[in-house]
Amino acid sequence: MNLDHSPEVEAFRAEARDWLRSHVPARPLPSLETEEGFAAHRAWEALLHGDRWSAVSWPEEYGGRGADIERWLVFEEEYWAAGAPGRVSQNGISLLAPTLFDHATPEQRARVLPSMASGEVVWAQAWSEPESGSDLASLSSRAVRTEGGWLLHGQKTWSSRAAFADRAFGIFRTDPAAPKPHQGLTYLMFDLRAPGVTVRPIGRLDGKPAFAELFLDGVFVPDEDVIGEPGQGWRIAMSTTGNERGLTLRSPGRFLAAADRLTRLWRERGDPADTALRDRVADAVVGARAYELFTWAGASRFGEGGRIGAESSLNKVFWSQYDIALHETALDLLGPDAELASGAWAEPWLFSLAGPIYAGTNEIQRDIIAERLLGLPKGRR
Amino acid sequence: MRFLPTGEQCDYARTLRSLLGAAAVPAAVRAWAAGEHGPGRALWSSLAGTGLFALAVPEAYEGLGPLPVELALGFVELGRAGVPGPVVETAAAAVLLAALGDEALSKRFLPGLASGGASATVTLPGGSPYALDADAVTHRFTVTEAGELRLAAGPGDPLSSTDPARRLYRPPADGELLAAGPEVAAAAGTALRWARLLTAAQCLGVGEALLARTVEYAKQRTQFGTPIGGFQAVKHRLADTLLALEFARPLLWAAALSLSPRDVAAAKLTAGEAAYAAALTALQLHGAVGYTEELDLSLWLRKARPLRDAWGTPSRCRAEVVAG
Ligand SMILES: Cc1cc2nc3c(=O)[nH]c(=O)nc-3n(C[C@H](O)[C@H](O)[C@H](O)COP(=O)(O)OP(=O)(O)OC[C@H]3O[C@@H](n4cnc5c(N)ncnc54)[C@H](O)[C@@H]3O)c2cc1C
Repeated sequence: MNLDHSPEVEAFRAEARDWLRSHVPARPLPSLETEEGFAAHRAWEALLHGDRWSAVSWPEEYGGRGADIERWLVFEEEYWAAGAPGRVSQNGISLLAPTLFDHATPEQRARVLPSMASGEVVWAQAWSEPESGSDLASLSSRAVRTEGGWLLHGQKTWSSRAAFADRAFGIFRTDPAAPKPHQGLTYLMFDLRAPGVTVRPIGRLDGKPAFAELFLDGVFVPDEDVIGEPGQGWRIAMSTTGNERGLTLRSPGRFLAAADRLTRLWRERGDPADTALRDRVADAVVGARAYELFTWAGASRFGEGGRIGAESSLNKVFWSQYDIALHETALDLLGPDAELASGAWAEPWLFSLAGPIYAGTNEIQRDIIAERLLGLPKGRR
Repeated sequence: MRFLPTGEQCDYARTLRSLLGAAAVPAAVRAWAAGEHGPGRALWSSLAGTGLFALAVPEAYEGLGPLPVELALGFVELGRAGVPGPVVETAAAAVLLAALGDEALSKRFLPGLASGGASATVTLPGGSPYALDADAVTHRFTVTEAGELRLAAGPGDPLSSTDPARRLYRPPADGELLAAGPEVAAAAGTALRWARLLTAAQCLGVGEALLARTVEYAKQRTQFGTPIGGFQAVKHRLADTLLALEFARPLLWAAALSLSPRDVAAAKLTAGEAAYAAALTALQLHGAVGYTEELDLSLWLRKARPLRDAWGTPSRCRAEVVAG
């Protein structure tokens, strides 16, 4: 057992650090949930892509560096430590791309991945529906067979970044007569600007149009945009939720960097007599370290051919709770200044509050942990 | 001993509750956040009509008070309804001036504050340095660390709050000097305690509103073919929310009776934390729809955290509790 990186990995780290040092914008980009910020973040993706840093773990033929999971984690550490911008392409890169690697045709990969890596096409996830949140399998949007493809009807909602994104991926009911709700579903990709699509941005708690409702009225999807076999949508979709809950959505690098910022804030503004607050700062530092080490153990297992299964639910509950605790500690340190919306911690705090909801609510994750990892009986659901 | 509100006190709270229930408070809150004070002012004047602001003003200056218990019960209703504006600050300004005991200043300001014809914002040592809604009020008071009471001519520099319905201002340093000296500092201490008490009351009301809305939602939202309120994880969070609020309530009543620094701090601490926890629960159990500004729930969600910290953060209140 050891935690050392090889000289090659350290060289990779140094290369990433140098690149980030000379490219990360000196001033933070405007929020990516605004039109202006979205464009700025898209330009940042293009810059990253120019030197093949936008999707380091992808094969070189698609614009990546073929980095293994160890290198990817090292890159993420450097990325967040450098204070680099949030990733506008995240949905595509962390959710759709792994699905494509596992289930798409070579033609689809060649067509979709390069423009995703460059930020030219930004993807939105169209899974949830108004009546189908936690019970996603109950979804009712349909894809109806037509010549050369499918016609989409129905409504999707909470689609992050869809207000400004280009394309979306989602699951649709293709066989309403299937005996079980999660049968007869099909996974496909569609254009957010295609005829028949209406995008209605929804204001998040801070008023920014960070997600949107999609109304679909006979939207044509060619057969070439169906991922995997029709009717297999549920199985295909579920193979990516592990990515969403697990590593790729929230790598430890992000929390290590945040814990570091919090420690600095404590040293600048903390009252040494307030040991309760000091203890929470310490807990945040230890929490980031625990998440990092848990991740290294998981990555080592993964490197030896293991799969990320229900363990990803442990990740999800941990990071989402951790994120809230860390931000609340920062707000408490700021005292009356915590209320200022312009403060560096206000927006990320508000966003942290959504962590226990998206990517599968923590109530559902705890059920999964209890049933699949502890073997407890299945509850009424 | 009878540690329960009297019939009259309950009646007063009920009156406010039905008045506010009939008013379109969410619309007034949204307008207030957009800088349109008209609907909020109309709400204020109907509140003033019930004698609300007069409860903080002594009878000698056209008030009905001071009646901290009635005021605290009333402020629970203001929190429940989500009333916008510097309600706490207006009452605290009245308490400050009354406590100062300066005849000329009392005559100048208190009758207007009592009738609701005037409104006020105030910053005090030990509270936030930012004045709430300084653009919307008649008077802007500041007590400096050095014990000077000043009246500012303008609102100062605007700053935005994480709750758009709370508009913050950095008070200008100058302004008319109204009084100075140790009696100002002492009066500011009294006003701070009242502000803390009434904020605690508001927090309790905010928490109750969040809980009530979430209980309703949990009965009606179905997933997996059943109302989500039937899932034990949902039930337990709601039960815990009720527990925290019900144990904050007696602390609030005791604080209104004694107005002792320790009782007031205990009330503010528990009510503030209970309201914020209620907000987190409400958000979680509403799922994504709770995370939108479109749902009225957001008006209370965004208020909970700033109110928890206003007029004494939990950490400051804890220090007060153990200071003896
Ligand atoms: C910021 C944000 C971004 C999002 N981005 C996207 C996106 O890009 N694409 C997309 O498709 N979706 C997205 N979502 C939607 C997200 O996936 C859903 O919010 C989530 O699946 C929960 O569904 P719901 O909101 O309908 O809540 P509901 O399913 O209605 O749940 C409400 C409450 O009931 C609880 N509950 C439900 N069932 C059970 C049970 N069996 N046992 C115990 N408790 C239960 C839940 O845990 C929750 O607390 C986003 C959501 C947020 C908040």
